[in-house]
Amino acid sequence: MPRKTRLRKVVEPPRFKGYRPFGVNAKNKDGIDLHYEEYEAIKLADYDLMNHKEAAEIMGVSRPTFARIYESARRKIAQALVETKNINTVYGNAIMDKDWFVCNKCHARFNIPKGMDSEKCPACNSINIESLNK
Amino acid sequence: MKTIITSSGKGEDQLFDLRFGRAAWFCLYDDTTDLMDFFENKHIDAPSGAGAKVVEELIEMGVNKVISGDFGPKAKDLLEKFNIQMVILKDDHKSIKEIVENFKS
Repeated sequence: MPRKTRLRKVVEPPRFKGYRPFGVNAKNKDGIDLHYEEYEAIKLADYDLMNHKEAAEIMGVSRPTFARIYESARRKIAQALVETKNINTVYGNAIMDKDWFVCNKCHARFNIPKGMDSEKCPACNSINIESLNK
Repeated sequence: MKTIITSSGKGEDQLFDLRFGRAAWFCLYDDTTDLMDFFENKHIDAPSGAGAKVVEELIEMGVNKVISGDFGPKAKDLLEKFNIQMVILKDDHKSIKEIVENFKS
């Protein structure tokens, strides 16, 4: 029996639910499921321009595993483009990195660990804070 | 509650240091006594794992909150495990005094 899939750390989930091609007549509704961790792999490698080793460390997986996630992501996107399919983002095997917040007044970023229930910014005491994990 | 602020030197007029594991000095602020205490970073020239070594010291001191410019992956994991709050500030032209005044008020 194979080992259980390790959860991949994702810093921020994608800000969209999916992508749809336009200018095509076909009305097929079926799309391709792009996992959060695949989106994250594309983001780290091609948007943040990290090498695979750094990106793998961030996601908490080995470099070969990262390469597989990245390959799978590229193939899914390629398939969606060529076959004019929708891309849907689904949760997959991801875990959100941490519960991080940002203060809208002083732009400090911070986490709120367990046992600390204050709902205000630790740097300026503003209550205008926002979660980064939406 | 005890707070650690990374500092580039000794004294409350010194500038905030954006590094955590390799910060030059640390300022320990205790809000029950309203006192600031400065101490040097012993691990500034450590070949690796400076952040993790600093975190171990902070845990022994019973710190609840750390203010710095960024945290490395090892330090982040440890701080999270021991429920220490991390605060990341971007502005590097603030003095220690200004930062303390900001969260005290």
